[in-house]
Amino acid sequence: MKPSTQDQSTSEARVVSSNGRAKWEAASAKAKLRDANFTTISGSELKPVYGPEDAEFDYDTDLGHPGQFPFTRGVHPTMYRGRLWTMRQFAGFGTAAQTNERFKFLLDHGQTGLSVAFDFPTLMGYDSDQPHSLGEVGQVGVAISSLEDMEILMGGIPMDRVSTSMTINGPAPILLAFYIACGENQGIDPAKLRGTVQNDILKEYQAQHAWLVPAEPALRMITDAMSYCAEHVPQWNTISISGYHIREAGSTAAQELAFTLANGMEYVAHGVAAGMDVDEFAPRLSFFFDSHLDFFEEICKFRAARRIWARKMRDVFGAKDPKSWMIRFHTQTAGVSLTAQQPENNIVRTAMEAMAAVLGGTQSLHTNSMDETLSLPTEKAVKIALRTQQIIAEETEVAHVADPLAGSYFVEAQTDRLEAEAEKYFEEIERRGGVVACTEAGYIQREIHHSAVTYQRAIESGAKKVVGVNTYVEGKDAKPEIDIHRIDPEVEREQCARLASLRERRDAQAAKSALDGVRAACKDGSNLLERFVTAAHAYCTLGEITEVLREEFGEYKEPKIL
Amino acid sequence: MSKRKIKVLVAKPGLDGHDRGAKTVATVLRDQGMEVVYTGLHQTPEMIAEVALQEDVDVVGLSILSGAHMSLFPRIREELKARGMGHVLLTGGGIIPVEDMETLHSQGFAKLFGPGTNTVEIAEWIQAEVEKLWSEEGAKQ
Amino acid sequence: MRDPKTIAAKLFEGDRLALSRSISWAEDADPRFPKTLACIWERVGKARRLGVTGPPGAGKSTLVNELARHLREADRTVGILAIDPSSPFSGGALLGDRIRMEDRTKDSGVFIRSMASRESHGGLARASVDACDVMDAFGFDEILVETVGVGQAEYDIVGAADTVLVVLCPGAGDGIQAMKAGLLEVADILVVNKSDLPGADRLQTDLEEATHTRDIRRDGWEVPVVGVSAAKDEGLDKLLGAVDDHRAHLERVGLEAVRRQKRAQQVKRVVGERLDEELWGDGGLGGRVDSALNAGSTAYDIAELLLQDVLGGKLMAQTRDSKTEAAH
Repeated sequence: MKPSTQDQSTSEARVVSSNGRAKWEAASAKAKLRDANFTTISGSELKPVYGPEDAEFDYDTDLGHPGQFPFTRGVHPTMYRGRLWTMRQFAGFGTAAQTNERFKFLLDHGQTGLSVAFDFPTLMGYDSDQPHSLGEVGQVGVAISSLEDMEILMGGIPMDRVSTSMTINGPAPILLAFYIACGENQGIDPAKLRGTVQNDILKEYQAQHAWLVPAEPALRMITDAMSYCAEHVPQWNTISISGYHIREAGSTAAQELAFTLANGMEYVAHGVAAGMDVDEFAPRLSFFFDSHLDFFEEICKFRAARRIWARKMRDVFGAKDPKSWMIRFHTQTAGVSLTAQQPENNIVRTAMEAMAAVLGGTQSLHTNSMDETLSLPTEKAVKIALRTQQIIAEETEVAHVADPLAGSYFVEAQTDRLEAEAEKYFEEIERRGGVVACTEAGYIQREIHHSAVTYQRAIESGAKKVVGVNTYVEGKDAKPEIDIHRIDPEVEREQCARLASLRERRDAQAAKSALDGVRAACKDGSNLLERFVTAAHAYCTLGEITEVLREEFGEYKEPKIL
Repeated sequence: MSKRKIKVLVAKPGLDGHDRGAKTVATVLRDQGMEVVYTGLHQTPEMIAEVALQEDVDVVGLSILSGAHMSLFPRIREELKARGMGHVLLTGGGIIPVEDMETLHSQGFAKLFGPGTNTVEIAEWIQAEVEKLWSEEGAKQ
Repeated sequence: MRDPKTIAAKLFEGDRLALSRSISWAEDADPRFPKTLACIWERVGKARRLGVTGPPGAGKSTLVNELARHLREADRTVGILAIDPSSPFSGGALLGDRIRMEDRTKDSGVFIRSMASRESHGGLARASVDACDVMDAFGFDEILVETVGVGQAEYDIVGAADTVLVVLCPGAGDGIQAMKAGLLEVADILVVNKSDLPGADRLQTDLEEATHTRDIRRDGWEVPVVGVSAAKDEGLDKLLGAVDDHRAHLERVGLEAVRRQKRAQQVKRVVGERLDEELWGDGGLGGRVDSALNAGSTAYDIAELLLQDVLGGKLMAQTRDSKTEAAH
């Protein structure tokens, strides 16, 4: 960062401290060191100690007070004194009725927002009874094939009083339409609905891989959702630009930061190109990051994210509304950091990661359950994960002070480093023709893959230690003593039967004409989300709607990465 | 002259998109001198078996994290057998509970690997198993 | 399926496993392969062989996939051979081309085989022509061969295919680079892929100019430049039309003669490989070279000496044989 202007007394302090530094260097050169790799988890070299010379910043332009540009120290003036972060556990499995029960369980235990995990068929836009769905229905999330399933999912939950996050991308606007229609049937004005739909297709192509149509029509659907919601569902976050999956796919912290924000800028550019005023939609953009095990690197990543985004939005996109400058994000602890070996240790890992997210100023948080490398989480494991957040919030007293680590030489130096690394990627992506071109050519995917392989090699060579995996290993064949949560195969049969009966019961003519409406909008460019809402009310199924999209737009094909 | 190389199909059945493990293993097997065909994501059992046939692979390695292994793995085995590829070394990995691994093993899967497995160990295991198969084959000739 | 005769019979019955296995034999230099080829040789020669080469990122696999789709729509069966490079360090290879051809996996009228280049450096694998022969005998109407595609001219494809498409795209490598790399000399048809991208028109004009001004070909074929967008399915019909034109041209100048010429190249290559193994394999001349170098001779002197030995010996043997014959 820009060097700050020094007055006389600080310069003198420097001289003193640099004498100290020389002495320290002499002393440390003689010291015997442990046999270890002194790098961050992302492989970035670390100095043994950081001093004033490593962290030169101008407080007002580089940090700012909490709630002030560039928001390095947080987006709210009082941070968690006003309101704690939202404790939002991602949940969903089996049928809509089973997940509805789990939601009520979580709300009863003090959770403050809902977060829906969908099963893979739903994520890919297939109905539960399509051939691709075999064996997958309700396995890793809840199966939602129609408005009827959504109505069961949200049954007895006051939709105007909870905020709901839906982790879905390719078919996101369709699921959002189910949600809006469901609210309307509960008698709730869409303007009162609060929540987020992930809707981040670029990172799907790059990392998570639940896609539907190619980039061009997919980006159009996102822009359609942004403009529809700006008008009708103003409290809805129409996109949650996600680094989580990029990180989980193996990226470094800097790559997570860079690719996520590059994707974010791409969406903003598309919104602007579609004719919207940046301040009209930018305040509704939200983000989603991973919180990995490297405590300080993660905290610095969150701080750097806020600073980069604020600068880009104000200086590159010309946003005027301070709300457009602020990055608000959800965080999930790192699933990849969990081990199948000695799974109880995962409680400790998750706690540290959660602490980093809180010190990094997250707006909401999901903590993983200890048993997730073995199966879906059991109720007990989910409760411990939620309690972990509650202990941080209520017992550790860390939530009383905003950005408590600011000014630490180390923390500021790492924040600067991550920002600089991200900037380097922005340049490279630009040079290669932008995010979409880089994604279609597989550049971003290859960068992530390369980091994943490097990390794996470090674990296997022992350069990177993982307790229970390559150090402090217990008997190789020791079976974990942990309950396994299984999905009854009956779920799939039940779901398929209900779907078949729905197709019998609904007004066939209304369903057909709603699908024709979707097809017409694909061709004439009118707002697709509007047609999806109509189709939802006509009980068109997810698979029927996506079939129209696949026919009209084609399917996305993954590039060759290896 | 060419020496026979171990050819492996690394396949992703089902709908889950978590290909980090599959791609990492594919890369490690390449680095151990094997020829590795990678199918890409979202493959049906029929497609996997068909690719195994067209490529005449020695090994089929399946990676799955969606929980659908008990539905998909046995079908892949059936499809392979139907194409005369019942002889391949059938292995895999992912989030698969230990009891399921045992059930699949009894159905003819050679060995299944859980999270945290050392990839070089996987490569060495494949190497040893395929050499065993080849020497049995040679003995029959 | 362990002997050449059975596998040949199965192959004629349309058994895909037999097809697949015999390609493996060719790849592994299994002694059963030459015998198998002899058994199926009568049926080799019917298929059209189309080579697709070009720099990385030009969209070769996508183009092959789309060509195959169009050919299938015209009711032609298609065999595809996709070559990927072997790692010079480990000898292993990642074969990922078929990821772009996934739709074709479900079609029983298509057979896709990936192949590692192993120790070959001309853009194909040693067994590529063999694999084409087997697919040909199996009865495919069309055979598409995708080369490694490193950006250099990959000359092997000329020997393996009747018609060679060189695929370029704007950005990935401009026309001048293609000329420098010798890619133009390899082409029977130049394809500008991603013709919807900026720079495509310029590339097309550059290439057209180059093919007109440079006297590349001597057989009267004028290399056309065809713009396509494989991903958007534009221009494929025109491209297949150009392939048909080239085919007609070959038939006019004598397809069989051209193919014999190409086959003679294969014979030369096989002889070369066998000689190489004989001369430098176990019990070969390596030891003599070493001691001659040790004794201080120059490389040329040693080579001359060895050649005289090898060739002279053979000539003398021939002379001796003819003398014995004369004595009778």
